[in-house]
Amino acid sequence: MPAPSSSTVKSPLPSDYRAAARTSSRRNTLNRVIRRETIIGWLFVLPALLIYAVFVLFPFLLTILYSFFRWNGVGPATWIGLNNYLTVFQVPDLLGTIFNAFWLVVWFSFIPVGLGLVVASVIHRVATGRLGALARTVLFLPQVIPLVAAGIIWGWLLGLPGLVNQILSAVGLGAITRAWLGDFDWALPAVGLIGIWVLLGFCTVLLLTGMTKVNPALYESARIDGAGWFREFVGITVPLLRYEIGVCLTVTVIAALAAFDIVYVSTAGGPGNSTAVPGIQIYILAFTQREVGLASALAVLLMLLVVLIIIPIQRLGRAESTS
Amino acid sequence: MKVARSELWAGRALLVALMAFTLLPFISIFATALHPSGSVPSGLEWPADPQWGNFVEAFNVANMTTLLISSTRIVLSVVPVALVISTMAGFAIGALRIRGANVLLLLFVFGLTLPFPGIIIPIYFLERAMGIYNTRFAIALPLIGLYMPFAVFWMRSHFVNTPTEISEAARVDGATTWHLFWRIHVPLARAPMASLGILMSVWTWNQFLLALVLVEDPTQRTMAGALGAFQGHYATNVPLLCAGTILILLPTLILFVLFQRQIIAALLEGSIKG
Repeated sequence: MPAPSSSTVKSPLPSDYRAAARTSSRRNTLNRVIRRETIIGWLFVLPALLIYAVFVLFPFLLTILYSFFRWNGVGPATWIGLNNYLTVFQVPDLLGTIFNAFWLVVWFSFIPVGLGLVVASVIHRVATGRLGALARTVLFLPQVIPLVAAGIIWGWLLGLPGLVNQILSAVGLGAITRAWLGDFDWALPAVGLIGIWVLLGFCTVLLLTGMTKVNPALYESARIDGAGWFREFVGITVPLLRYEIGVCLTVTVIAALAAFDIVYVSTAGGPGNSTAVPGIQIYILAFTQREVGLASALAVLLMLLVVLIIIPIQRLGRAESTS
Repeated sequence: MKVARSELWAGRALLVALMAFTLLPFISIFATALHPSGSVPSGLEWPADPQWGNFVEAFNVANMTTLLISSTRIVLSVVPVALVISTMAGFAIGALRIRGANVLLLLFVFGLTLPFPGIIIPIYFLERAMGIYNTRFAIALPLIGLYMPFAVFWMRSHFVNTPTEISEAARVDGATTWHLFWRIHVPLARAPMASLGILMSVWTWNQFLLALVLVEDPTQRTMAGALGAFQGHYATNVPLLCAGTILILLPTLILFVLFQRQIIAALLEGSIKG
């Protein structure tokens, strides 16, 4: 269908009226064009919006709704108000998942971002050539494989006969070898190590991209002044990369709080509840224990937690990148 | 460059150490996969007699042929549809700048902050009610929806940067909106669309939670979903498990090596703009 344009509107009026008529008719057509544009534009958005609404927004609202009911998923549901939330806060195993989620944020987010900053600045300073390019590619590799595969690989590496214990024995630390993922104290850090392995490359490459945007004159003058790696790192890299650091933290924090695949495959939340994170607990509650309402309450708290952690990070990144 | 020699070597040593940290796990499972099926080798030990047949055995017991077909089918039913509708939406929000564009954008961006496990429960019950649970649409439809926040955002940031003169020139020539989109803007958006398509293919292939919850038969799941089930069956047979894992992550690794630049660029830009 052709869009009406002012050239298609023929005016039968004499020439002296024409100018005035043209302006008003042009305004009318312009209005009409804008309205049509809007309708057509919305038609373009509609398919995406529809499927997004049905499979994301509607489930989001349903999760909130479910969280006020006691429901086994099959029979009738009973309205119990905020009781599911009270249960989450009263049962140590459930509240524990939220604490575990915080711990996982340290391992999946703070450490990869911090280490990524160091690695990126090292690549930027001493390995601009082939070694740097190779390091980028290699470190990025774990990011593209399924997280399930990462979980299985490390499940084997961290097991009793695995590579980690083999290396520890080789360097004389045979006394501390153990089944890392089966140890109450060490299972969570071990899962965290998998997260570092997966996310380090992503953070490094993202931060490195940010560093290439920093005016190279800054680095050069710092080096002429004889600034070492550390001063350059604290003085230039960290403050100028605040925005990229914010982005990196945001992405990895969401990855940490939404963690499911790695934990499910490597420990399934065990031993005991020592690595049970909200994602795992929601799955177990809803699909094996049939506590749909309780699982939904935990899901709502998880989503709230994400927002609560993300907003300050976003603000930090935004505010300081504009100043 | 004024970088001290000692620092140069310290930096290089760090990079080499981290590369070893990244690669050793792959080498370890590869070496393990070549040990006799059912044995318990130690972490990194090249077998005396490499059992290449383990890969064949893993291929057969994991029903790899069926699995490849079902995963490819899921990818093919998700990616083209998601690509077209997100490009259309990104075009309307970014290039047409329709009324309400900002609200729409915010609505889509909101989805970026939702953790997957947070909405999986209603998706399960919704699918049961709609009758698509455990069917070939069970994984595909929600995945398209779940990709929309990133995909629309990604395409919008391309379109918002295309010069308005292009659209205006086409308008003067009397192009319809559809024409403008399909003949002029889509050809110009080929690069970001390609990156997005590759990313969504990898994500679909690697999708685990949806596959686990929404499809009962492991051979009808995505690759990653099937790997989870495979682990359940062969947890004690480590060489076979490692061989199966390698087979399942091989396609994504090949894809990464081929499209390395696009994948890295897409992941980074996508998150920076987010």
